[in-house]
Amino acid sequence: MRFLFKTSYAQDLTLFTDGVQRNWYLALLVALVLLPWLVPAYLVDISLVLIYGLCGLSLMALAGYTGLVSLGHAAFLGIGAYAHVYFTQDLGLPWIVSVVLAVALTSATGVLVGLPALRMTGVYLTIATLAFALIIQEVFTRWDHVTHGLKGRPVDKPVIFGLSFASDTAFYFLCLAFLIAGLWVTRNLLRSPTGRAWIAIRDSEIAAQSMGVNLAAYKTMAFSYSAALMGLAGALFAHKIGFLAPDIFSVLLSIQFLLMVVVGGLGSLHGALFGAVFVAFLPVVISQARDSVPGWVGSGTALLGHDLSSAAFRAADRFVKQPGLEPGIFGLILVLFILFEPLGIYGRWVKLKVYFSTFPLYKQATFKRQRAYMRSERLR
Amino acid sequence: MRCGREWEGSLDIVLQLVLNGLAVGCIYGLVALGFVLIYKATELVNFSQGDLMMLGAFTCYMLVVWYGIGYWVAFAGAVAVVGLFGAVLDAGVLRRVLGQPQFAVVMLTIGLAAVFRSFASIVWGTEIYTLPTPFSAHTTRIAGVSVSHEYVSIIVGTVILCVVLYAFFTYTKVGVAMQAVSQNQLAAYYMGIPVKLMCSLIWAISAGVAAIAGVLLAPVSLVDINLGFIGLKAFAAAVLGGFGSIPGALVGGLTIGLIELFSGAYLPAGFKDVAAYLVLLIVLAVRPQGIFGAVGRKKV
Repeated sequence: MRFLFKTSYAQDLTLFTDGVQRNWYLALLVALVLLPWLVPAYLVDISLVLIYGLCGLSLMALAGYTGLVSLGHAAFLGIGAYAHVYFTQDLGLPWIVSVVLAVALTSATGVLVGLPALRMTGVYLTIATLAFALIIQEVFTRWDHVTHGLKGRPVDKPVIFGLSFASDTAFYFLCLAFLIAGLWVTRNLLRSPTGRAWIAIRDSEIAAQSMGVNLAAYKTMAFSYSAALMGLAGALFAHKIGFLAPDIFSVLLSIQFLLMVVVGGLGSLHGALFGAVFVAFLPVVISQARDSVPGWVGSGTALLGHDLSSAAFRAADRFVKQPGLEPGIFGLILVLFILFEPLGIYGRWVKLKVYFSTFPLYKQATFKRQRAYMRSERLR
Repeated sequence: MRCGREWEGSLDIVLQLVLNGLAVGCIYGLVALGFVLIYKATELVNFSQGDLMMLGAFTCYMLVVWYGIGYWVAFAGAVAVVGLFGAVLDAGVLRRVLGQPQFAVVMLTIGLAAVFRSFASIVWGTEIYTLPTPFSAHTTRIAGVSVSHEYVSIIVGTVILCVVLYAFFTYTKVGVAMQAVSQNQLAAYYMGIPVKLMCSLIWAISAGVAAIAGVLLAPVSLVDINLGFIGLKAFAAAVLGGFGSIPGALVGGLTIGLIELFSGAYLPAGFKDVAAYLVLLIVLAVRPQGIFGAVGRKKV
């Protein structure tokens, strides 16, 4: 087990705790840069992971660090996407200007949603953002002039400073650059006084207030920052899917974003990225399982004789081909994570790391969950 | 429900809208009642209430159409099955997250809702079904207003249910015990009330009420797996009435139902679907405690 020996205050300011950690992240960066040549077949999916990573960061800053749970983030994504497409394709603005404007617009919307939200706590906020998202979805459907309504509108490939980012590899690097920038800004924001205020609000609003944290200002800030990241992700998302329609930005997408931060692990930036990988790749895994599971069932029951085995094969085949199976699996995973691993994949990762760093002396009780009792949150 | 554009401000159409609005509002009120019962007792907000309603409608449909059981027996059967399911859900799943942050509960019930919807689509398929009932396709004309029996059945059913629930909570020992649990769990426990059992029973009642709402709604809006999204509009009803108030839930439901139908008739297209959410946002911004809620400051 390594102990960090701090010899100067400058060490508290470094982005990485020590050289070893920095080298690991550098290695990860090198791997990410080489990725297009290692797994060219999955590059499109990996771009989606990177965009989802930005969405995860956005919701992590809001839900994981400020404690404000939003069920309306798909609406912010949609606003970013539609604004960007409108600015570039209808108004003919340059790409960068359009992205900046889209981010600013989404951020302003975030403030608008955040302001009434200041008067609400807990679940009321969740319900309010849900209502906001449903209204925005209706706006997308009805505002034909900008969104082209239910017909949907196709999105051109990004062209920045005359350079075309049409190829998968170029688009991958574009997303990667934005994700790294987003991570860097968020990480720095979170260890600044702003971030500490957010965390204080999450842990106890009243305690934070009595320490002099201006609740209204910091909550609005969290909302607008989160919305801004979502707007950026939206602009990239528009190029990624290539076709915008109002029903893409549904409540189900918002739920998927929440699933991302919960499964990844609330309250950690790693968690946002783990969650993004999980959410983006689960459909791929499920669709592959659709092809292979009936075969496994068939061969697994082969000992029972040919008739039974082929009946089992057909039953399994019918079961996995159900269209409604995928959201159910998402829901089930969410339920299992909340019941058994509330810290998400990141929690597992930390346990694994501690296990190896304290190898023969690992105690399971280190991470034993404290018994929780119900505390009334009711206003009295 | 189809009132079209050809309104001339005539009294008939207004009356028609009021009747239909009250019927739709009753459904919102019943689902909101389910939210409120659970919230008062356990402080959990159940995002899967609408999907419990969907399960109720499907169970009744299955009993009536697949097994040929009479409507009233199937109605009772569906309510019993879903009620029991609600109790099992509380005892098996929800009780484990008591004491966790509110967020965990919200996510848990959202996950459960997704599982229910997936379950329904696997068992019953994604088609849209019609539930045959004794009141289907009967209408009576009273003073120029065509009164559809399906809508009347919803209103009458809601009134009967409310009277029964009121009597249950006021006059029976179990009902009073449930009220005690809703007010203060610890004190109720000291008085010898089995708090866990009461919570499960409240979940059963709440799920049963959702199932009743589902079966009553089935002839009007048809049965399909997206029936549960009505739960979102019921949130507006619950918030409008103040989240912890039972009469508030019903009044809120009726208000939302009326607003929705009138905005569908008199406002531009598109407002009908979002009217409930607009009202919700306005209420939260102006008076977050709702019509019947009490103001208070949280203790540290």
